[in-house]
Amino acid sequence: MATETNGVIDTSSARQEILRWIRAANQGVADSQPVAQQWDRIERPYRRSATRSREEILELLEDRLRDYDANVVRTAEAEVAAAAAKMLAARGHKRLLIPGGLNPAWLPAGFDYVVDDGASPAALDGFDGVITGSTVAIALTGSVVLQNVPGQGRRAVSLVPDHHLCFVRVEDVVETVPEAFDRLKATSTLPTTFFAGPSATADIEMTRIKGVHGPRFLDIILVE
Amino acid sequence: MFPETGKAVVKVLERLGHTVDFPAGQTCCGQMHWNTGYQAEALPLVGRFVEQFRHAEAVVVPSSSCVAMMRDHYPKMAEEIGDRKLIAEVAELLPHVYEFSEFLTVRLGLKDVGAYYPHRVTYHASCHGLRNLGLGDGPLELLRAVKGIDLIQIENMEQCCGFGGTFAVKNADVSSAMLAEKTTAVLNTGAEACTACDNSCLMHIQGALHRQRTGVQTVHLAEILAGSEGDVL
Amino acid sequence: MNSENSVLDPKTSPTFPIAARATLGDTQLRKNVRHATEVIQNKRARVVAEMPDWQQLRESGRQIRQHTMANLETYLEEFERNCIRAGGTVHWARDGEEAKRIVTTLAKTYASQQNPEVIKIKSMTTEEIHLNVALEAAGVKAYETDLAELIIQLGHDQPSHIVVPALHKNRQQIREIFQREMNLPELGEKPQDLADAARKFLREKFLRVNTAVSGANFLIAETGGVCIVESEGNGRMCLTLPETLITIAGIDKVLPRFEDLEVMLQLLPRSATGERMNPYNSIWTGVHAGDGPKNFHVVLMDNARSEVLADSEGRQTLNCIRCGACQNACPVYRQTGGHAYGSVYAGPIGAILTPQLQQLHHAQSLPYASSLCGACYEVCPVKINIPEVLIHLRNKVVKQKGPLNPEALAMKMAGTLFRSERRFRAAQRLGRFAETPLVRRDGSGDGWIGWLPGLLGGWTQVRDLREMPKETFRDWWEKRGKRGN
Repeated sequence: MATETNGVIDTSSARQEILRWIRAANQGVADSQPVAQQWDRIERPYRRSATRSREEILELLEDRLRDYDANVVRTAEAEVAAAAAKMLAARGHKRLLIPGGLNPAWLPAGFDYVVDDGASPAALDGFDGVITGSTVAIALTGSVVLQNVPGQGRRAVSLVPDHHLCFVRVEDVVETVPEAFDRLKATSTLPTTFFAGPSATADIEMTRIKGVHGPRFLDIILVE
Repeated sequence: MFPETGKAVVKVLERLGHTVDFPAGQTCCGQMHWNTGYQAEALPLVGRFVEQFRHAEAVVVPSSSCVAMMRDHYPKMAEEIGDRKLIAEVAELLPHVYEFSEFLTVRLGLKDVGAYYPHRVTYHASCHGLRNLGLGDGPLELLRAVKGIDLIQIENMEQCCGFGGTFAVKNADVSSAMLAEKTTAVLNTGAEACTACDNSCLMHIQGALHRQRTGVQTVHLAEILAGSEGDVL
Repeated sequence: MNSENSVLDPKTSPTFPIAARATLGDTQLRKNVRHATEVIQNKRARVVAEMPDWQQLRESGRQIRQHTMANLETYLEEFERNCIRAGGTVHWARDGEEAKRIVTTLAKTYASQQNPEVIKIKSMTTEEIHLNVALEAAGVKAYETDLAELIIQLGHDQPSHIVVPALHKNRQQIREIFQREMNLPELGEKPQDLADAARKFLREKFLRVNTAVSGANFLIAETGGVCIVESEGNGRMCLTLPETLITIAGIDKVLPRFEDLEVMLQLLPRSATGERMNPYNSIWTGVHAGDGPKNFHVVLMDNARSEVLADSEGRQTLNCIRCGACQNACPVYRQTGGHAYGSVYAGPIGAILTPQLQQLHHAQSLPYASSLCGACYEVCPVKINIPEVLIHLRNKVVKQKGPLNPEALAMKMAGTLFRSERRFRAAQRLGRFAETPLVRRDGSGDGWIGWLPGLLGGWTQVRDLREMPKETFRDWWEKRGKRGN
């Protein structure tokens, strides 16, 4: 049994016993090769690289994002702020949260920006929306990946406000899931969030409903 | 239990120029025992099967679930018996064991076996033939080539009829509910007969069709392929 | 099933055939289950067909899981080491009782002392051990935040599906529950209205409650990280906003390396909900300063999993990634829904998982709750041969029940017949003689049996049985003889 002293729980005896049970159970399948070599032997004949042209990949991403009710535009680097201004104005949003380190050239004038300083969840709930960059996007699944790095910020920032405007640089777009993992590998211990479209549920009669707890409104600007 | 199926298999194979033998010592593949959990009762039947059929050029079985039983389980059963000779014999014999439609389409490469069957028919894809043996469209291609046949696609062709061997009696209520969906689908086709590669499914479906006095028959695929223009059907 | 405080527990549940009879009589439930499973199955088929490398992914998925199980000790220790290094705390629980004690102790330590509350992410592992009952007994209020789990909790109901636990309820039934429990008499019945009500009801809790309890989809040994996939964002709320996060995971949830997720995150969403990717996947590692909970505890729970691992045929059950595709594909589940299985794990995976996680004698009917049609194996993203495991467990049940019952005796008798041609032929003749009093002639003169005694009576509930043939094939063959060409 786990023993507990002043709130400190000691489960070391359970640990020993469980590991002993596992060891005994696996006796019959013991392999003399080192574990890392056994792992290398796992066959991976699935697709691990792109098969489409760059343009096809970008179109696929746009298509998949729209399929999940995201609002997507593609624009040249110089036009990013103008595109963002149009999207924010369309939603009537004024007061926006931004993580530290977001490229200021992408932010249009005429809006109130507040740089995240670790505000409470309730305070985050008071913003009209949030603007972030992204680490990588996967065309085949319509996913965008955020990590805790400058320009993307802590996870709560892109979660609590009801509107998320996200910049995706075209050079960060890959076609397949394995290509994305290849890029994420170096920073795999950072807090990481994949999102595909706005929050959704199909728990009621399997009808997809947009918007439950995460941001209900998602704008994506693909930056060329 | 279904002598007409056996006769039909003989007729088709002989019509195609093959010599048919029926080793008298054969009984059962052991599926009922094995699938119900009576492994000890099933094990002796492996050796018996090998004994009866070891000299055949090809073993043709008009039941997809019996073939699935042999292919999926006999090697493991021989291992369990621990008889090295039997393990080798099973490995040698199994590649020569065919489900009836599979023998025609895969081994002989045939689609048209020269059959005539002037009836409206629908085909049910038995689970073991479909999933364990991977018969795919083979049986349907044989049916399409039958002269005079009016072949109607059934809804949810690949859905289990609810037989499942002892499942039908152990879980009679659930089995009945599954069967009701299948018979409704059969009746919706307006077919005169429902066919399949497995008499166990057909016995199950037929049991309900007869109880409901639908007048719709079940008939094994071999019996359709055995039909010829001279027959009185 | 809907009575308050009742839980799905194989120890107290009726056998599958008895429980199934009750659910088969519930036409609304059957309609709801059929609709939901059909929708998911069709969605799944569509997105799986998009993937030219689906079968390759399944095979890799199988190999990864098999390799993990064969080296489970190594990977659990590696996970523990890396999780601790990243600021997490790891606890080990031999069984559900220990796991519940650890979680309630942690919850009482970290949650508000005046009003102890936790928010929860949908987790089958916590359902397996009925954690909410234990929390409640310890004075801790647990709020389920997944929409389906909220429906179950507020409806005092039990989950009936691994992925979509409230699929047995339709919108009108959900509206009634929300109207009553959230005190919203004017609530509409459009799915959007219901989701909006859940959003309002839970938002206040997300922003206030300081402790969360979650399960885990994957533990990553290489990094000490945890991955959770979800749709609604309730998971992200629970993982991100509270000060303390308690994650409880079966020891089977570990994966060797971060990049193994590239396989699992392709297999899981397409199989589970028919999505190309879940709306949200979260991956975090220990505690990250300034981002998410300050306190992170992982409870690694065995609860009979190491026993399953010791069974050479049953161990593939542990490869399961809880996608629920087998449930949607199963023609038995589609008739009965999940509650008939008497366990939080229903459908084909439940029929093999429950008897192995519980003592088998509490779940002897479950391995028989299948026609062995194989639809489950066909859709399983990690290729668990469920029919094979079912047969293996049936053999264990037969051994446990012993030889002195009517079924075992009949099977023994049949076995004796099949081992001898002479006895087999005699039995065919005897069968024809024995059935005579039961045979009735129909309009075309064919003999049919409409009633059978004892065990076989199930057959004649809705089916007739044709009489045995006057002349067997064997007799015909002997008269005719072999003909050479």
